[in-house]
Amino acid sequence: MIAPTLNAYLAVAVLLFAIGLIGVLIRRNTLVVFMCLELMLVASTLALVAFSRYNGTMDGNVFVFFILTVAAAEVAVGLAIIVALFRKRQTIQLDQLNTLKN
Amino acid sequence: MGTFLFNVLAIFTLVTAVGVVVNRNAVNASMCLLLSLVGVAGLFVGLQAYLLAFLLLLVYAGAIVALFLFIVMLLDTKGDARPTLHKLPVAARVLAVGLVGLGVVSFVAQGKLPEPAIGNAPAVGATLKLYAYQLFSTYLLPVQILGFLLLIAMLGVIVLSKRFEGLEDIK
Repeated sequence: MIAPTLNAYLAVAVLLFAIGLIGVLIRRNTLVVFMCLELMLVASTLALVAFSRYNGTMDGNVFVFFILTVAAAEVAVGLAIIVALFRKRQTIQLDQLNTLKN
Repeated sequence: MGTFLFNVLAIFTLVTAVGVVVNRNAVNASMCLLLSLVGVAGLFVGLQAYLLAFLLLLVYAGAIVALFLFIVMLLDTKGDARPTLHKLPVAARVLAVGLVGLGVVSFVAQGKLPEPAIGNAPAVGATLKLYAYQLFSTYLLPVQILGFLLLIAMLGVIVLSKRFEGLEDIK
């Protein structure tokens, strides 16, 4: 049984982060942009767990534990903001939310 | 975990992540996000972080994606426009795609990290007891701060979603 290398896990994490970043850049629906942000967060946790595993320490895993908690709080507040925004403006398309422009 | 299982999980994760980006329907996108998170949880199992895999499924797939779906249903937006890179200058577009591509290519091609000698050491992160020792000794202060953070987030969500009389005319 050959274990995959650290490099393989990091490559997956980098690709996942890049996909999330591209999603954040090209999507116009705020909810989908938010989902892509979550993807980027999960990619970084994957890198943390991989490093932690291959260094034989616990610290990365405990960090991921904290990141999961913060992500839960972040999603709750972010979705509440999106709902408040929709209530105010009747849209969540990013290209129509340009009041602060100019 | 064998290399075959790793490959399957990695490809599954990445393909479903692409599905999140390209799906024009937000419900389908959140379903793809769910599948991608399941793939990442499988990768966590491969890294012998069983508790984190379980928590990822529980917190992300159980709570966060359900919340996303709930909000998508609540807002009921029409189908998204085709994802485009419009509004961005051509130079910024080329630069962004080029930088991301360059980073990925350089990492995959040359980012070989030295393997530690203990590359196949037994897992240290497997048991709940180890987490408990760390959380309640070394990381006691962050745990308490996180408790306050969750409290503040709860209060913030209540304030954001409640309608206050007399404050509605504030533009």
